[in-house]
Amino acid sequence: MPEAPSGRGWVAQVRDGEVLLVLSQNWTETEFDPAALAPMLTLLEQSRWKTIRFESSQLGRVGSSLLAFLDSIRSTALRQNIGFDEAGLPGSTRHLMRLLPTRSPAAAAPRRPVSLRERIGSWVIASGGEWFAVTALVGQIILRSGAALRGRASLRKLDVLACLSEAGAGALPVVALVNLLVGGIIAFVGSVELRRFGADIYIANLVGVAEIRELAPIMTAIVMSGRTGSAYAAQIATMQGTEELDALRVIGISPDDYLVLPRVAALSIMMPLLNLYAAAIGILGGFCIAILMLNLSPAVFVAQVEDAVTIPEVLFGIVKSLAFGAWVAISSCRIGLRAGRSASDVGRAATTASVNGIVGVILIDAIFAVCANALGL
Amino acid sequence: MVAAPVKPKIRVRDLSVSYGTDVIQQGVSFDVRESSIFAVMGASGSGKSTILRAMTGLLRPSAGTVCYGDLDYWSSTDARREQIGRSFGVLFQGGALWSSMTAAENVALPMQMFTKLTAPAIAALVQLKLTMVGLQTGRDGMPSTLSGGMRQRVGLARALALDPEILFLDEPSAGLDPPSSKRFDDLIRDLRDGFGVTVVMVSHELPSLLDICDDAVFLDADRKTATAHGAPATLRDHSSDPVVHAFMTRAIPIAPTVAPTGDPHGRG
Repeated sequence: MPEAPSGRGWVAQVRDGEVLLVLSQNWTETEFDPAALAPMLTLLEQSRWKTIRFESSQLGRVGSSLLAFLDSIRSTALRQNIGFDEAGLPGSTRHLMRLLPTRSPAAAAPRRPVSLRERIGSWVIASGGEWFAVTALVGQIILRSGAALRGRASLRKLDVLACLSEAGAGALPVVALVNLLVGGIIAFVGSVELRRFGADIYIANLVGVAEIRELAPIMTAIVMSGRTGSAYAAQIATMQGTEELDALRVIGISPDDYLVLPRVAALSIMMPLLNLYAAAIGILGGFCIAILMLNLSPAVFVAQVEDAVTIPEVLFGIVKSLAFGAWVAISSCRIGLRAGRSASDVGRAATTASVNGIVGVILIDAIFAVCANALGL
Repeated sequence: MVAAPVKPKIRVRDLSVSYGTDVIQQGVSFDVRESSIFAVMGASGSGKSTILRAMTGLLRPSAGTVCYGDLDYWSSTDARREQIGRSFGVLFQGGALWSSMTAAENVALPMQMFTKLTAPAIAALVQLKLTMVGLQTGRDGMPSTLSGGMRQRVGLARALALDPEILFLDEPSAGLDPPSSKRFDDLIRDLRDGFGVTVVMVSHELPSLLDICDDAVFLDADRKTATAHGAPATLRDHSSDPVVHAFMTRAIPIAPTVAPTGDPHGRG
């Protein structure tokens, strides 16, 4: 008689076309090793046995690995028309085996590989659809803000005020810090070049014009996109996940009115105001550097700024920051609205919102620059 | 209570739980025998889930002890607590699946983190557990695409991932229709019979309680303590406490107790 095949925790005793599997030891989950099963399964496939029986008096603790072992033996035996006699197994194990249907579930259809062309095509179609949706949202917001001004949109004053305070007063410290430093840096960098021509005094013009026209609107918009835009996207995406948006829709409140409108209004109102505040702080930063480190006289600095900064420049900055505010709010809200329902979708929405906000702001600024050039502003 | 001949698997003594100064339950004591199905019963807001949180290490009790075997859980070191916790499997209300992973990945994660099993072994065990809990389809679907019942099953498979010694179930049949709920109860009993796992469940579903629980404790929402111990069927037939009796028979109490004030935390 050949040596009895065996493995960890089992010995197979073959007799008269039958096999008796003697089980012993503990079969806890951490012992599970599918590779160790292979000899038993090959044996089963090559044999001409009629029945497989079990002996379990030596069996220790039963865990998932015994089930996995028995399950694969059973399905192989079934394929080979070998009888699977579970009478020798402990009752509790037989019980668990009954939870495992003998027919293995149909394997999922293999996923069809997607070609590069198909991927590019579907990306173009998706982004086209996205632009369409954003445009529709912009139109919707413009129409609804008319209704809101006549008091006919379903939004609450309290929400608008909360958004205004959050996007306005709440942002003052960080906007101040960023612009103070940027103003100082511009004055410092500019002075190095201007000093070579003995034109130190024009630092005031440089700081004034740069802050009013470009830096204050851009820096403020970037800060607000990272701070408020991503918050809007995350808030709305979370509401998506908890079905709050569905709850609004069901009772007939449009999320566009109730959620998007107050946010767009708040940011569009607050961004120009923040811009003015930022420009003032930025000029103050430049002023401090000019006075303390470059030894300019305060009166001269102020006179130069007054001279350099004209009303059209200030208006130009205000119009730009209005556009930035509207863009940041609308794109962030849109990203929140189309987010998925899971926790990771919320994170993705927040990231996308701040990135889209910043990139969009810079693109819009470029468009403004080209237009201003063409118009000779 | 007759002194049990064997040491209980879990021994809870004078347990008090509170959120800040807001006392939820106090002086709760009970024993859970090994391989039994134990229920923590009570009306909504009675602090059942909070007691479960104190038992699973999620909320430090304000007083009292929870012992697993000879080990006092809350006075153990962090490392020891983690080690005790390794023998727990917890099914949260509604499954609490990790939403960025597929159903199969949810079940695989504990094995990947805490065992040295090879990837094929884990894959095979994941399929085994999902089959065991009766999930035939949707194994590679994200949780958001699964139905409530399926999520609950995946949650149970995840709780079983490490072959736990103690299984904690928070409202296992909440949100399931009666037949599904019955199947889920049968499944829990089969798992207990098969693996010898000790089950502690929080529930207010009478059919489940009467059907599968060997033993129970009743938490009273007004008196804020445990008011009855015993097998659910015994409590139903023999309890003299009107609140317990009303709960177990779904009757309206003869003398209605003063309605508790609104429950701001929505405790279940």
